[in-house]
Amino acid sequence: MSAAAVLAVVVGAAAAKGELTGDPKAGEAIYARCFACHALAYNRTGPKHCGLLGRRAGSVAGFEYSAAMKRANWVWNRQTLDRFLADPLKAVPGTTMGYAGVKDRQERADLIAYIEQAGRSEVCRAR
Amino acid sequence: MSSRIQSPDASLSLASDAPNLETRRSFLGKSGLVLSGAAVALLAGRDVLAKGNRPAGSDVNVLNSALGAELEAIAAYQVGAESGLLQKPVLNLAVTFQGHHKEHADVLAKTIIKLGGQPVSAKEKYTFPVETLKTQSDVLRFAAMLEKGAVSAYLGAVPVFENRDLAKAAASILGDEAMHWAILRNALGDAPVPAAFMS
Repeated sequence: MSAAAVLAVVVGAAAAKGELTGDPKAGEAIYARCFACHALAYNRTGPKHCGLLGRRAGSVAGFEYSAAMKRANWVWNRQTLDRFLADPLKAVPGTTMGYAGVKDRQERADLIAYIEQAGRSEVCRAR
Repeated sequence: MSSRIQSPDASLSLASDAPNLETRRSFLGKSGLVLSGAAVALLAGRDVLAKGNRPAGSDVNVLNSALGAELEAIAAYQVGAESGLLQKPVLNLAVTFQGHHKEHADVLAKTIIKLGGQPVSAKEKYTFPVETLKTQSDVLRFAAMLEKGAVSAYLGAVPVFENRDLAKAAASILGDEAMHWAILRNALGDAPVPAAFMS
């Protein structure tokens, strides 16, 4: 199967599940909202985002998580990130991420697409 | 690769801490300084407790997240101030903005204590991408990025406070961070206020 065909299947599957297709470029601009607490490559007030997709919540070594996040038993993927980013305090009550959330579905999809793409970037590969 | 730096030098501290509210008010009155609206709102936390209208624990969590970010901002400005890259007028501006962050941190920490919480402390070491800071513009752009993030963080915090006084106080700090961001952008030659709305 060609790459284009694979992409078509993936996009088709996402559409079937009601997922929006994210634009990483738009997501990069949205990621600027995270800069007070997060960076891709290192822990700050919040944990680093390199390697986020596929990672168990509350598992970055050296970062001090809330008890709530440690107990969350989530694995970060597009669906769990979408749910968390929509309303962090509701998704994981007790999280220290005191943020109302990214309420727009397309913005969340864009942001997740950027984090996913950035995870494959040189900045993250070097970590 | 990022480098780690020590916490900011306390000798640059601009704030004077008084042991209690009355003493603080007295100090501020004598010094000719005026307690900001945000500080008044934050310090009103005691009244909220006295009425038995204790804010949810999430308020303390939100305040502590803000405090953590403020403490990091203080450290970041220290890196900028000690970089040797900032020319005198800009250096003064950076130290002034650092002073604002110290005031924010001071009031946030006091409020957390009043609400029965434990304020986070400054980290012994912070990680900053100092290898990318080679010119004054690099430092200003890094600071602007942090200030823009701070605006967004406070914008996201305002709606989640149970205590509306705290939301008002957070909005007051947000305004200060937005001014920092605009002035830093102006210093960089960028449009100081690039949009009608913040997000």
